[in-house]
Amino acid sequence: MYPAYMGESIRKVEASRERRLEETRPRVGDQEKAALLTEFHPDFIKEGMRELLVGPNRGEPTPNEVAALLEGNSRVNPDKINLGKVDHDVDVLVIGCGGAGASAALLAQENGAKTLLVTKLRLGDANTVGAQAGTQAADRSNDSPAIHYLDTIGGGRFDNIPELVEALVRDAPSVIKWLEELGVNWDKNPDGSMHELSGGGASRLRLHSARDYTGLEEMRVLRDEVHNRCIDYLEFSPVIELVMDDKGQVAGAILVNLETNELTLVRAGAVIMATGGAGRLHIQGFPTTNHYGATADGLVLAYRVGAELIFMDTMQYHPTGAAYPVQILGQLVTEKVRTLGAQLVNAEGEQFIMSLEPRDVVASANIRECRHMKGITTPTGELGVWLDSPMIDLLRGEGTIARELPAMVRQFGRYNIDITKEPMLVYPTLHYQNGGIKIDPDGATTIPGLFAAGECMGGVHGRNRLIGNSTLDIFVFGRRAGKAAARYAREVKLGALTLDHVGKWQAELKEAGITESRPATPLLLPNYARQPDDYLADYARKTLSSGQIKVA
Amino acid sequence: MAKQKQVAPEVHMIDVYVMGKRYQVPEGLTIMTALEYCGYRLIRGCGCRAGFCGACATIYNLKDDSQLRYDLACQKTIEPGMYLVQIPFFPSAKALYNLEEIEPTAESLLALYPSLLTCFGCNTCTKTCPQELEVMWFMSDALRGDIREVANRSFDCVMCGLCAARCPQGLVPYNIALLCRRLYGRYLAPTSQHLEDRIAGIETGKFDAELEELEKMSQDELHRRYAERDIEPAYTKQS
Repeated sequence: MYPAYMGESIRKVEASRERRLEETRPRVGDQEKAALLTEFHPDFIKEGMRELLVGPNRGEPTPNEVAALLEGNSRVNPDKINLGKVDHDVDVLVIGCGGAGASAALLAQENGAKTLLVTKLRLGDANTVGAQAGTQAADRSNDSPAIHYLDTIGGGRFDNIPELVEALVRDAPSVIKWLEELGVNWDKNPDGSMHELSGGGASRLRLHSARDYTGLEEMRVLRDEVHNRCIDYLEFSPVIELVMDDKGQVAGAILVNLETNELTLVRAGAVIMATGGAGRLHIQGFPTTNHYGATADGLVLAYRVGAELIFMDTMQYHPTGAAYPVQILGQLVTEKVRTLGAQLVNAEGEQFIMSLEPRDVVASANIRECRHMKGITTPTGELGVWLDSPMIDLLRGEGTIARELPAMVRQFGRYNIDITKEPMLVYPTLHYQNGGIKIDPDGATTIPGLFAAGECMGGVHGRNRLIGNSTLDIFVFGRRAGKAAARYAREVKLGALTLDHVGKWQAELKEAGITESRPATPLLLPNYARQPDDYLADYARKTLSSGQIKVA
Repeated sequence: MAKQKQVAPEVHMIDVYVMGKRYQVPEGLTIMTALEYCGYRLIRGCGCRAGFCGACATIYNLKDDSQLRYDLACQKTIEPGMYLVQIPFFPSAKALYNLEEIEPTAESLLALYPSLLTCFGCNTCTKTCPQELEVMWFMSDALRGDIREVANRSFDCVMCGLCAARCPQGLVPYNIALLCRRLYGRYLAPTSQHLEDRIAGIETGKFDAELEELEKMSQDELHRRYAERDIEPAYTKQS
């Protein structure tokens, strides 16, 4: 239920609705887009970024919150780690089990590799499950991989790596089929054709959805298949450092049991990083749509062995995070709401942007309206604009919202907001890491033995990802990395295991004079617990921080 | 912070009980954020924090009402006098199978999940479901082998496992429903010819030339082609 004071603005939205059904907004041109982004997009706030002081991307602008972790101290003292006692000896180690990690593990095993899948939380606890709208694949007769390519490059501000985009659009239809053969239920028309929808920045109807639970549907099927194929896995066991060999190849990892602090050493012919994103760093103070474990761990681990990162200066702020009620602040209001026809409307009931522009453009426009005092202020001081969901049933027939958006109806219904009758209040929320670990089309990073897939890798989306291209890339590059890593692991001859890179890294931090001021990383989990007063005596603190990993 | 805070929130504190111990927390929090406000740093029982992953399935009751209630901790707003616990883990059975070797029939379901036969219709599963799905009804659909209907009715399942945790007969409705959805997608959903055609086209190199042209194109030309591309309308108006 909205507070009474919002009633006046809601009535304006209702009053203009009939007129707006016929009203179209012009597309945003190159120059207008550049001006809008520069003035309002968080990527362009200079104080939000700084140059990295150490590592392969030294000198490149990076969000402050990410930079602090990339420059972090190792959690392990190499002198205290016994590399002679290997607990798991495998061909391929997959780190992370969202859509990318699960696909990589399935393909690695299928290609003959003895595979171990390790994850920080449970299998499937990943941003994949929260992805609602759909997965892109150019499979209709008026569409083509080339049109998908052009949409993706244009949305990415023309910076995308061409070979990666080519891989993305070429593999897309076969990924849809692969998922269906594993039992994913796509929304279909009675004749069997896919029921496909438009999306921001997509010039064709290309989104394959499963109601508004697309990522959940994909993930629960893949997780089930990981079980069925008896792939070995360890849950609640994040990696805290990669292990190399004396030939400069990545050759395994050290895991920690989150509950007991016990360490586990894995030797692996190849390692696939599939650790996801960074939303829980709350860059520039934004709330996030991301799951609890999205803390950039994979970036930190890869960076420390010398892997190059790309496009770390761009984050995606999803235009429509919930601004009200406070219980779901920053949680995702799927782009499918706009795809189905809902417009963004300011406090005066006026449209201010073509709602299906790419996300960076729409997010900037939402921020502009609020900054120009055309937003609504919530009782807790948040700002937002209206997303006029009731339009959908007017445009597409009664019952469309209930059928296409059950998760959204359910989520807002819990707080007595009926989105079939009332608009939703939204504001941009931190959603996605556009950049990440640099890869080639097989998922190989710049360091031998290390592969990457999913949100932790970068390049394919340029500086702004389109809707439905991440629940595509996780499968495209997860599968490619799984296959390539299995092949690589068959050939590779590992040398003696070493943690020399950790010593070198710490020396680099020391030289830069930042050892004391940087945290121990990877972060592993955010800390939302209210902190008690610090009462510890120095000797007590010392016993707490002996070589062990104190997460909680 | 990207936004300007304009109104100071007025905070009312309410009593909740965590593992029986009383805490005062600001009203309006969810069960999950209330636990964090009390000082708990979560490892178990916390996943997407947005109602999709099922990690935070929880039970609670109220100070003066002992009836157990069920919900997702990340979505449920706290109420005065709530008794909260965490259910960190609940083991439940999952049959292992090769989807390529089973048929979409009632016999397959019963072979993998024989406990299905023992359901006596108490409806506890339905009352337990935080997604408010008709669990007992899709279990009876499963018994009849109506796999399509199970897939449809169970579709919004987040696989939190509360139904299995409370079933007096040891059924695992969420895993049985997943099996049905996978069988539906694999065997019963109508096939998409346009998808098959497109995959064949890509494999035979039909799109290679256009893609190669785009990859080699100058930035200026790419910008022009992007700006001039035609956009298919998002929807055609209902007549």
